[in-house]
This record gives sequence, C-alpha cells and structure tokens, in this order.
Amino acid sequence: MLENLSGRLQGVIARLRGKGKLTEKDVEEALREVRLALLEADVNFKVVKDFVAKVKERAVGQEVLASLTPVQQVVKVVHEELTALMGGAQAKLATAPKPPTVVMLVGLQGSGKTTACAKLALHLRKQGRQPLLVAADVYRPAAVDQLQVLGRQIDLPVWSPAEAGSRDPVDIARGGVERARALVRDTVIIDTAGRLHIDETMMEELAAMKAAVHPHEVLLVVDAMTGQDAVTVAQQFQEKVGIDGVVLTKLDGDARGGAALSVRAVAGRPIKFVGVGEKTDALEPFHPDRMASRILGMGDVLTLIEKAQAQFDAEKARQMEQKLRRQEFTLEDFLDQLRQVRRMGPVGEMMKMIPGLGRFKHQIKDGEQAQKELTRAEAIINSMTPEERRRPVIIDGSRRRRIARGSGTQVQDVNKLLRDFEQMQKVFKNLGVLAKRARKGSRGFAPGGSGRFPF
Amino acid sequence: MAMGKGLLSRLREGLARTRQGLADRVRGLLTGRSAIDDDLYEELEAVLLQADVGVETTIKLVEGLRERVRRDRVRDPEAVMPLLKEEMAAILGGAPPGLNLAADKPAVIMVVGVNGTGKTTSTGKLAHRLRAEGKKVLLGAADTFRAAAAEQLAVWAERTGAEIVRHGEGADPAAVAFDAVRAARARGIDVVLLDTAGRLHTKANLMEELKKVRRVMAREIPGAPHEVLLVLDATTGQNALQQARLFTEAVSVTGIVLTKLDGTAKGGIVLAIQDELGIPVKFIGLGEGAEDLRPFEPADFLEALFS
Repeated sequence: MLENLSGRLQGVIARLRGKGKLTEKDVEEALREVRLALLEADVNFKVVKDFVAKVKERAVGQEVLASLTPVQQVVKVVHEELTALMGGAQAKLATAPKPPTVVMLVGLQGSGKTTACAKLALHLRKQGRQPLLVAADVYRPAAVDQLQVLGRQIDLPVWSPAEAGSRDPVDIARGGVERARALVRDTVIIDTAGRLHIDETMMEELAAMKAAVHPHEVLLVVDAMTGQDAVTVAQQFQEKVGIDGVVLTKLDGDARGGAALSVRAVAGRPIKFVGVGEKTDALEPFHPDRMASRILGMGDVLTLIEKAQAQFDAEKARQMEQKLRRQEFTLEDFLDQLRQVRRMGPVGEMMKMIPGLGRFKHQIKDGEQAQKELTRAEAIINSMTPEERRRPVIIDGSRRRRIARGSGTQVQDVNKLLRDFEQMQKVFKNLGVLAKRARKGSRGFAPGGSGRFPF
Repeated sequence: MAMGKGLLSRLREGLARTRQGLADRVRGLLTGRSAIDDDLYEELEAVLLQADVGVETTIKLVEGLRERVRRDRVRDPEAVMPLLKEEMAAILGGAPPGLNLAADKPAVIMVVGVNGTGKTTSTGKLAHRLRAEGKKVLLGAADTFRAAAAEQLAVWAERTGAEIVRHGEGADPAAVAFDAVRAARARGIDVVLLDTAGRLHTKANLMEELKKVRRVMAREIPGAPHEVLLVLDATTGQNALQQARLFTEAVSVTGIVLTKLDGTAKGGIVLAIQDELGIPVKFIGLGEGAEDLRPFEPADFLEALFS
C-alpha cells in the first residue's frame, strides 16, 4: 500500500532515465512525491507545505541539479531537513536545582499517559533517581488502580486520591509533591486524566494544577498514530497549559509517526522520549535522524545495527562480517542467523530497516507471515546434511524431495528457500559493500550518508 | 442528559468540530469565488487531506468531482458543495446493518483494537445500549494484560447492571472467553460482550492470541463471535487503515466503532475506511457519556457534516 519515499522517487526517476540532468521541473515532480510520502505518513498538511517549500529552495540550487546522482541528493536534502526540523541533538529532562523535580504528563485519552508515567519512573529509577508516582486521573474508572499496579511492578510508591483524602486532581497533585518532600523522593511524576484539547474546563484544570505544583517539565504524550489533528492538539496544549517536551508513544507499531514532525513544528518543543513496547522498560530516548528515516519509509540501518549488537555475539558478528565480505555465506550461517534474528524480534520489522529490501516487500508483507516462513526455513535447513548446507549447489531433485519430507514441507518450499537464500546472498553482498564504503567515509554507517540510499 | 434530544441534533452537536473542520472550510473556499478552476480543486484537496481523508480517497473524491463538473457543465462554485456531498455519499453507501445478534442466545460480540482507542469504554457503552433495549448482558474481561482493565470493566458492569466474568491479571484471555460464553449459556444471557486487551496489529504473537480467543468461542457456540468490532480512534491518521486490514486478516472484523469523533476536526478517516476497505462503520463515539455511542448513519452523518 504505502510506498516509501525511495520507492516513489525511483518511480519518478525511471521515467526520467536517459535524461542526463534534472531540470527544475523534474525536481518539482520529485517533490510532489516527497509531499505525498509525507502526507501518507500523517505529517500535517501545512507542515508539509512549508517543508516542501524549504526543500525546494535547496533542491533547485546547484546542490542537486549539478549532482550526478540527483535522486540521492533530493532524498538526502529531505532527510537532512527533516532531521533538522525535529531538533538536532537529543533533549534531556530538566532537573530541579532543589528537589523534588516535578514532571507532569498530559494528553488526550488513550495516548498512553499512565503507561508512560510508569516507564519514565522506571527509566529514572535506573539512573539512581527516586521517583514518586502521583495518580491524579480521577475520571477514568480504575485509572488509579492501573498506576498502583504498575507502581508495584516497578517497586515505586504511588500517591493516590485515597491517601490525599481528596478527589480534586489539583489537591492530589499538591499533596503528592508535599509527600515527596516528606519522603525525600527526588522526583515526582504526575499522571493526569486524558482530556480533549477542546474541553475548556478540563484544560483549565491542568493549568490550575500547573500553577499549584510548578512542574519543571510538562510532557505532552502523543500517540504516534495520530493523524492531521496532532497539530491542533499540540497547539492547544501549548497555548492553554504550556508544554516543555513530548513523549511519542506506540512507535512499536507500523505507523510512520508523521505526528512527531507536526507536533515539533507547531509547539517548537523537543520530543524527549519514545515508547516502543508494552513493557515498562520499553522507553527510549528520541533520535531525530532515525525518526526522519522512518517517516520517509527508508531503512534504518543504525537501529538495526544497534538491535543486532544487543543480541549478537560480538565475536560471531565479526566472523560473519568476514564471511559476508568474502561471500562465503553458507546455509549453515544462514541457519545461525535465522536463530539469532528470531531473538531480535519480528522479522518484518527488521527487514524494513535494511535499505533496499523494500523491493522485496511482497515477501515480507507482514511479520506474522515472515515469522512462519522463518520457522519453516529453519526446519528445512535442519533437514539438510552439513555438506548440503555448505554447498547448496549439490542439492538436486532427489535431495530436495528428501529434505521436503524430512522437514514436513513441500518441494516448492525447499526450492523457494534456496532461491531466497541466493537473493539474500546478493543483498548481503550489497550490505558488505555499503559497510566498506561507509567505513571509508567515517565511522560505521554515517547517518545521512550515501550508504543509506541504494538506488 | 442527551437521551431526550433528537439523534440528528445530538449528532450535529457532537460533530460541531468536524463540521467546522470540513464543511465550513469547503464553504469558505467556495463563497466569493467566481469560477471553478484548478486552484479551487487544489484547495479542496488540501481541506480533505487535512481532514485525514487520506491521499488515495482524496484524489478519488476530487477526480470524481472534476468529472461531474465537466459532464454537467457546472459553472457556479456554490454548486460544488452538493456535488461533493454526493460523491461522499457514494463512498459511504447506505446505512450499515445493525448488530448481528444470533437467533439462539447468547450472541457473542468481540471487541478488538490497538491500545488506547477506547475498547473498554466502548464495551461499557455498548452494554449500556443493550441493557436499555432490555437485553441481559454479560461482560467478559479478556483484557488480562493492562493493569486494572478488569476493574474498569467491573465499574461499567455495575453502572449498567450487566454481569461480568473476570479472571486474575495475566490469565489466559482465551480462558476468560471460554468461561464467559459458558456462563452466558448457563445464565440465559442474551449478549456476551468480550473486551480484549489492546494490541498493536504488528505484534504477531498477540494477534495469534486473539485468533485463539476467537477459535475458543467459535468452538463453544457455533457462529460465534457474531460480531467482531474493531475500535478505532478517530484522531488516528492513515495507520487506521493498516489496523483495519491486519485485524480483519486475523479475526475477520465485521464492523468498526469509531471513537472520539467529538474531539477531532477530522471525520475524514471514515471516508478512507469505507472507500478502501468497505468494512461498515457501525457505531461512532461522540462524547464521554454512556449514551454517546451512536449507530452510524451515513445519511445523517453527511447531513450533520454539511448542515
């Protein structure tokens, strides 16, 4: 369905092939694709408009037109501008000169405030801080219970309306901060009720709470799947309450997360954290360049490498890299990789991170399918002899039949695996070349470097 | 509070924001204009895109409009509005069928969706609706993952006078489903509403879990679940389509509940969903009150949007 930006641009360029140089009109056509890609990623229409105008200014300049690889240049400019727009460096949480530091989480219903509170508390606890959670959502049934259960899970105290002896959120928040002082906790994290940005009374309540507890950070929690309205939401919360930063949640789904860009553009506040899973430890710092890649639907080699590093045995990885480079990658290694890969998470997700693999989209349509195919692939390879794994060329018709029987699959499945393996070898070969090229430039895969755009 | 009011006025009120977003803006760019030109189409496209109608459906709508204008030799910009309404009506189609409740009770309704769309709240509001129709309702708390989700549902059970079947936190949701349908049969319940845990459609294991819940109920009661309602948050952008696609693949969604439509300036995603997926939107959520979950009537929806 959704074509990523590189794919879209490739389409344009296929039509332009044969032209030596891009004209201004060509660039405009390319930018139309940029515009559509951003809109499909739910970046706000107005933000897109301003953004494309800015990119165009740079793109029609010498930089792109004179380049020998104009498409790469366009993508590069877009990527750089996106990264810049989302705020270069990573933004940290404010700390109070005199504890406790008070952090307030606000947002629409269902954006994930309560979960984000617990995640943030755990994140800070791991840094040696001692947070107190305050349950000031008195509206949603059982919201207080939810925070209390989460508090128990991460072993942190929760200040509840019952303890505060009040059902007034402002009182509860004020009491929570006093409580934190009494307990010598250095951080207070206040969970507020979800509310619509157009609900005047509820927005006033937040403003009153802010005035009562003087938070050092007011974080707006935004669902990564939010559509065009993200802009209005951010604007309203900024105007009526005032925010210092953003937590972007549910980034573990397949939403492009264009909302990140919209929010950043209208509120002018940095995204400080992203939620990437349901567990309380699934909170990560925000990386603008990676988000830019994601919004554009481009591979995210950096994240992939980091994930791989977390799971892969370093020594093994070195060996593998050698093999990849020398193109000695065998089915045995493939099996080994399959097993390691399974530990890294859903395959579909990962394959999306590899630039250029977008072309094999039909094969990686959804993670579930991929996961099944992985299991099947493992079974098939397990039914091969060591010799067959090392030298797949010897696998003839009768061996194929035997392998299929042994793995409980069909001969077609065996054929398919061998074909896929061949393709995989080609991709890895490309990756090897990319890695080499990138290393020559700077350390590792330089973000924004040409290594990410294999056209 | 809203019970006495007519549906249309209630809808109009709830959609005030959407209307301001969509219809007012269309009107704004039509009035005072002397001709229908490319500029107008472009601005119209912008308005639709900003309402989350999505690139594909927007292009389709605008192309359809161009075609009509050309064919019918329309010159007056003011005439564009009714034409656009017609184009939208064509996409939305007729009124969706109501809830499919089994002839033999209990009927089983499964409520699914990603995290934070309002599944538990919608389940509660549906219970309220069915109770008002005099049905005996049992709530199954199959969200055993989110902390205190069962408590939240229990509050709804109490409010609406529905029965509830719940297990401890972390229990197997399929076991809750099993117990819920068994209990429903034993107690002569009319409708079982099964609330499930929110899950991102990309999580293969969690989607498998959902399939299992469905299987278990189908085994206990032939034809169950009679409805699988996907709860979508109206503030969601184009990802809503992807959610609908993957949930349908996994558990055959029969209808959509679109929540939080009162808070958003965008009803547009309704159009995109109908256009690209053809899954009927059965209910829309227009507010926080228990009565604010309403059956979706395309005609009324458009009427409210353009009035």
